[in-house]
Amino acid sequence: MRNLRALEGWIYERLVALSGIASVVVMVLIFLFLFRESVPLFRDVSLRHFLFGRDWLPISEPPSFGIVPLVAGTFAVTVSAAVAAVPIGVGAAVYLAEIAPRRLREGLKLAVELLAALPSVVIGFLGIRLLVPWVKAVFGLPTGFTALTGAALLALMALPTIISVAEDALGAVPGTYRQASYALGATRWETITRVVIPAARSGLLAAVLLGFGRVIGETMVVLMVTGNAPIVPRSLFDPARLMTATIAAEMGETVRPSEHYHALFAVGAVLFAVTFLVNLAADRVARGREAR
Amino acid sequence: MIGWEWRRVARWAVLAAFFLLLVTNRGFFARPPEGAAATEFVLQLKGSDTMVNLGQAWAERFMKLHPDAFIAVTGGGSGTGIAAFINGTADIAMSSRPMKAKEKELARVRGRPPVEIIAGLDGLAVVVHPQNPVDALSLEEIKAIFTGAVTNWREVGGEDLPIILMSRETASGTYVYFREQVLDNEEFAPHTLLLTSSHHVIEGVAASRGAIGYVGLGYLSDRVKAVAVAAEPGAEPVPPTEEAVKSGRYPVVRPLFLYAVENPKALAREFLQWTISPEGQAAVADVGYVPVR
Repeated sequence: MRNLRALEGWIYERLVALSGIASVVVMVLIFLFLFRESVPLFRDVSLRHFLFGRDWLPISEPPSFGIVPLVAGTFAVTVSAAVAAVPIGVGAAVYLAEIAPRRLREGLKLAVELLAALPSVVIGFLGIRLLVPWVKAVFGLPTGFTALTGAALLALMALPTIISVAEDALGAVPGTYRQASYALGATRWETITRVVIPAARSGLLAAVLLGFGRVIGETMVVLMVTGNAPIVPRSLFDPARLMTATIAAEMGETVRPSEHYHALFAVGAVLFAVTFLVNLAADRVARGREAR
Repeated sequence: MIGWEWRRVARWAVLAAFFLLLVTNRGFFARPPEGAAATEFVLQLKGSDTMVNLGQAWAERFMKLHPDAFIAVTGGGSGTGIAAFINGTADIAMSSRPMKAKEKELARVRGRPPVEIIAGLDGLAVVVHPQNPVDALSLEEIKAIFTGAVTNWREVGGEDLPIILMSRETASGTYVYFREQVLDNEEFAPHTLLLTSSHHVIEGVAASRGAIGYVGLGYLSDRVKAVAVAAEPGAEPVPPTEEAVKSGRYPVVRPLFLYAVENPKALAREFLQWTISPEGQAAVADVGYVPVR
């Protein structure tokens, strides 16, 4: 019977190991699938044309699959959303974790969670009915379907992720750190900026990354409010067409297999590569800091 | 103690048995039936967003006559419907543009040779903001506007205001038809906004004084103004009314197509025949399009 228990332990261990490996395997499989479905495109279109072409005209005769406008649109919208959401999100987390009285904190956390529960299509609706006309009126633009509108809504959607993860990270800093800081005569502000935030930095970076991931993968909202014109936006007041929105809008009409179908997979592969590189780079940064 | 150990053995045995059952059960690995298309009493209609309301009206009335039939109608755009038809996931494609030669060929290769039925007519209305003083445009002017050759309303007799172009997404048959017939296959200006539905086009045009867009007649509302269209620069501009579409005086008219396989299942055949019967055609008129007979 001893053996039985040992066997059971062995099985459980293998199961746990398996679930650890599974996520890696699934990711590799997804990447292989994306790769396999996008490669046939390059029988008809040169890689150079795909990566550096400035015209996305998928159903013209002959079609043109240049992803520069899509990459530029994605870059413009997601980076501005992140720039807006990170300070607000981290600030809100600091307030919740360090400053807000307990009762208020519980209420605010509930509100943040509710914000996270809003389906993106609902946010898109609100965007079209409220934010699009508002952006048009406030900035005196000919139309409110702009990169800025998309960025603002994406920032709103990234906030709950950033706030809750950052708040957890700050909460995990041991109370003794704060007590030691106060004992040395530091004010609350000094304690927050010099002790708590540096101690929680890897968690905060994770919060920012998760927020960015939420933003770059979001589809519905940007499809609804950014105007989707395949141009390289010269400013945030121009419309933009994002990679995610392009895939969502066009995948349904493609016949399998066709150039257009493979081109959309290739766009997906680029999107995957971008997020992968961002994560990798951020991971390096985090490790580099820790080592020092 | 021993009882406790045996309970463990039993637990693993049950798990293993369950797993074996799952794996050996034919249903677990058997291919699911080919969508709803395999079912005799279910009909999948898919395609043109312009025709979704029409398809829905047809489905409701037809199902009243045939309580045992179930007709599912989904939009997504003409291209989407045709792709689904070719891929075998829809029985009937609704399309506001004719199937391209390439698509017909592909369908034949897949063993789904298409048959075309024209079930109605739709005028494409060119819409502007209600306060825009421009009431009429020639086809030539519309083409110049949407290709980006004309960028200010002043150039076509309007106010000094930049023109905002609003179009449907590329999956839309309306988009393809407009591009082929009005733009003569030239490209839309790159800064054209591509919106996801005709409702969004109406919404967008109603919100911007300088905007211009195009929608099927069924989508017209008081929130936008439909301009009269002249076939040639000197010709008399014709407003998009049902009468003008039917008589052929309005120049931007397109057929509304249904595509099915050559030898469809009985229900599909019956449904298709019914759509061009007086009753089916009454539904066409009721949702705002023009009957063919």
